[in-house]
Amino acid sequence: MLGQAFPDAVELDVLDRTGGGDHFHVLVVDPSFEGLSLLDQHRAVNEALADALEDGTIHELRITTRGAS
Amino acid sequence: MSELKAKIRDVVEKEPVVVFMKGTPEWIACGNSGRALEALRSVGASAATVDILPDPQIRQELTALYGWPTVPQVFVQGELIGGADIVEQLAQSGELAPEIDKRLGEGTRKGGGERVVELVEGSGSAFRVVQ
Repeated sequence: MLGQAFPDAVELDVLDRTGGGDHFHVLVVDPSFEGLSLLDQHRAVNEALADALEDGTIHELRITTRGAS
Repeated sequence: MSELKAKIRDVVEKEPVVVFMKGTPEWIACGNSGRALEALRSVGASAATVDILPDPQIRQELTALYGWPTVPQVFVQGELIGGADIVEQLAQSGELAPEIDKRLGEGTRKGGGERVVELVEGSGSAFRVVQ
């Protein structure tokens, strides 16, 4: 899901925090984030994962984002 | 607009800083909600908190209103600042205090602390303070 949403990502990492497959920490470093507020960066990640957030596949999500040039 | 949605909007617009969270400051039901409160305390910002757990509708309406899927959600002067990760990151980078001052004016951060706001279905006022 993240790979499709951020094909140009410099770094893309997903950590299953509890091993249970529903608490995740995702790291996205993407050129498109350059100049965007943190809020908009996180919005982009939330949108990429919207279905999984909506249906409860992802119970808890931590997000770390950075721009990359 | 549903009554509940109107109340949520009222709280967001009337409270200088409001955190929609799981549980209350006394009984934090989710680590991320605790992280958001900690970040605000670290810069001495007082906040109103709303527990979303009593009624699943609160979260649904909140998400529909502001387009943010997860909880906690931190608002300052009616504007979404972000969830736990964002406010924590802003606090650590030193950007949270100026961000709040920019919206509320300097001198509004006076040591932190929270009070609980309860969304009451069917009450005359938009919301009431219970703690």
